Amino acid sequence: MSVATQKKSTAPTSTGAGMRFVGGVSNYIDERTSISGAVKFLGRKIFPDHWSFMLGEIALYSFIVILLSGTFLTFFYDPSMVEVHYDGSYVPLKGIHMSAAYSSTLNLTFDIRGGLLMRQVHHWAALLFVAAIGLHMLRVFFTGAFRKPREINWVIGFVLFILAMAEGFTGYSLPDDLLSGNGLRIIDGMIKAMPGIGTWISYLLFGGEFPGNDVIPRLYVLHIMLLPALVIALIAIHMVLLIINKHTQFAGPGRTNDNVVGSPILPVFAAKAGGFFFLVFGIIMLIASLFTINPIWNYGPYDPSPVSAGTQPDWYIGFADGMLRLMPSGWEFVVDGYTWSLNLLVPIVVLMLFIVIVMVYPFIEAWVTGDKREHHIAERPRNQPTRTAIGAAGVTFYAVLWAGAASDLIATHFRTTIEGVILTLQILLIVAPVAAFWMAKKIALALQRKDRELVLHGYESSRIVRLPGGEYREIHTPLDEFEQWKLVSFDEYAPAQLRPNARGKITIGARMRSSVSRFYFEDRIAPVVTKELESQKH
Amino acid sequence: MADKKSDVVTSAGSAVSRPDRLQNPGFEPEHKRVHDESPERARGAERGISLLFALSGILSAAAFTLNFIFPIVPGDLLSTRYNNMFVGLAIAAGLLCLGVGAVHWAKALMHGHELVEERHTTRGDDATRARAVEIFQEANKESGWTRRRLLRNSLIGALVAMPIPAIALLRDLAPAGTLEEKLVHTMWEKGVRLTRDPNGVPIKASDVTIGSAFHVIPENIIGLEEGFLNEKAKSAVLLMRLPLDALNEAEDRKGWSYDGIVAYSKICTHVGCPVALYEQQTHHLLCPCHQSQFDVANHCAVIFGPAARPLPQLPIAVDAEGYLVAQSDFLEPVGPSYWERIR
Repeated sequence: MSVATQKKSTAPTSTGAGMRFVGGVSNYIDERTSISGAVKFLGRKIFPDHWSFMLGEIALYSFIVILLSGTFLTFFYDPSMVEVHYDGSYVPLKGIHMSAAYSSTLNLTFDIRGGLLMRQVHHWAALLFVAAIGLHMLRVFFTGAFRKPREINWVIGFVLFILAMAEGFTGYSLPDDLLSGNGLRIIDGMIKAMPGIGTWISYLLFGGEFPGNDVIPRLYVLHIMLLPALVIALIAIHMVLLIINKHTQFAGPGRTNDNVVGSPILPVFAAKAGGFFFLVFGIIMLIASLFTINPIWNYGPYDPSPVSAGTQPDWYIGFADGMLRLMPSGWEFVVDGYTWSLNLLVPIVVLMLFIVIVMVYPFIEAWVTGDKREHHIAERPRNQPTRTAIGAAGVTFYAVLWAGAASDLIATHFRTTIEGVILTLQILLIVAPVAAFWMAKKIALALQRKDRELVLHGYESSRIVRLPGGEYREIHTPLDEFEQWKLVSFDEYAPAQLRPNARGKITIGARMRSSVSRFYFEDRIAPVVTKELESQKH
Repeated sequence: MADKKSDVVTSAGSAVSRPDRLQNPGFEPEHKRVHDESPERARGAERGISLLFALSGILSAAAFTLNFIFPIVPGDLLSTRYNNMFVGLAIAAGLLCLGVGAVHWAKALMHGHELVEERHTTRGDDATRARAVEIFQEANKESGWTRRRLLRNSLIGALVAMPIPAIALLRDLAPAGTLEEKLVHTMWEKGVRLTRDPNGVPIKASDVTIGSAFHVIPENIIGLEEGFLNEKAKSAVLLMRLPLDALNEAEDRKGWSYDGIVAYSKICTHVGCPVALYEQQTHHLLCPCHQSQFDVANHCAVIFGPAARPLPQLPIAVDAEGYLVAQSDFLEPVGPSYWERIR
């Protein structure tokens, strides 16, 4: 391991008025806060560089944009279900009965300077927030960055993902338009399906019957106070743990499990990250000024009777809606006079199981490998074929559910029947994850073999030479040792052996662990070792 | 104190260790950037970045000005659109210039070499951990947490009991009574006229031609001050007229229709969306939310989709003036299933 020492930069001691002022202010603050300690601790902290490490940053920055634009919206939005006659600029809805919430959203959209822009910024930023968290989670999953010591931070990030969806759904409901009202209607239907408590929860949530007069102000309090407070608190913990654990880095020359190689916070990382905030903000602003999102004026106020064809939730709720759509008919039965709505309970349980497995995955893998070491090197997905395959299966499962939420649009776009689309997706929901698992594993193993080939034989140089004996051969260019290192430095596991414990017994747990371990590590490709490389050279 | 890394020996589990694996070759020689080697180019980059920052300032000012060039004129929707687009574009361009400038400064001109920081095991070192344990032991001794068991257990009990009042306090989130008793009744009763949604015009049986469908609300809901949407969410009905030979009616429901005219609850038995799409050729109703389909010709039996129960039927008749009226309320709760639905 080599450790490069930082060169001490000799700061020029300027005596200009500006420097004296800055020095004076710094001294004033430090004498009251001892902030110099924080600067010393954080100022030159190192952050490794990789494009995929920006996904979490996108999530963080879009959240800041959400806070800024959301604050603007609260100045004009009225979270009330009091019935009013609309009397604003949007002519098609003039004189119509609606809630104050919907009316104030219309006024905010059409009569407030920058109102439409801020609404669109808020909505687009929210969509980006959830998307960025999802991609960030996929990056962490597929590179094994959730391993010790980062399991807890994975769980915190996971809770943030759930909170982001909750924030999204509550915010989506606030305009009290026809589309979001139907969304709430669906939530009410799902709540009512819960055995024993569902009817009461619905009654309390809506303050009486659906839709009542209370749900919008209640969701508003959740949306702008309780949920953001939780999100901010958890982001803070997420960041603190990031600083304590330091960021993972990909394997590379000079990079080890015991160092971090990259840019210091001051100045490079701060400039890049600060600049990136403005890039994210700018892109959101660009989208918001050019592309309409959630045109609530087209939908009209909520009314339990009409609905438009092709209704869909925002994308991140799609997987849950798709699960509802994929249930077969008639899954409801009555026991002793009580109704069990399996057509809703099964989706709820399956979705819960799915997300709980995602949440606890780090602990499952830690149990399987039995590896108690700290891991700071982000793995290339191919080097853990089984994990990558499990991830691919999970992504596929989610994708099929997601397609399910668009079943009617798929049917109309491809001029086929809705029944055919649903049946296909029902089959795919079971079959596709298995196929994805199998394929991803094969691909990962094949890529590992390719890496071995490269390390052992180098690149094909496209140069064919004829040997004196008449034989033709393509010259291979060997990799240099830095490139080689990127391809051979990965963790390798073997299936755990089944051994009796201290009391001479083989427990069921050990048996399970052994068979799961075999499932994980039976097929594996070993990294190239010195001997192989040397024998190639001769 | 010993070196932190040697404090603990952690198990590598089923990891394979290969003594003959390749060794980390150490850092690659540094690549010089173009701006490191040519002061000329560096000055060029500096000028370019300053220009971006200046441009960003100008664009922010422009966004301010554009608000007055494209003001929102009340009643003119196009003005809202222009305001949104031009102000937004100027702000976006300003932000992007700022971002590109800062990132470019970092990448092209700031110190370009990678620096290295050592990692340490996350756990506290042995001395710190020992002191932490000691503190807990001292606190335990001084408080008697484990020694005074009665004290401790009664404290835990008190803390557990503390949230109990909240259950009573939260009860008033909803009014007195229960939801079940509200869900079993709708505005429909004997003699209430079927009227068009939303204008409340009564419907004559003779107006309902074969193949037509009406969105219906009860006459007595019109002008309801309190809970209009709550009642509408239960009372919305679809009225359709089928050719008599297409209609298969059960014996006990023969008297519920009038001359091929049938009325069914519009609220889906799945999760409560309005089942608003009627296909008059097949007599099927489709719920646009989750695509449950109901066969009107066969008492709205579920023929596809996640719904489990047929839509409830509203028994109808015709009054002396020829208007369609309800015979009674629905005979079962409408809308999505719930736990106590048929109690």
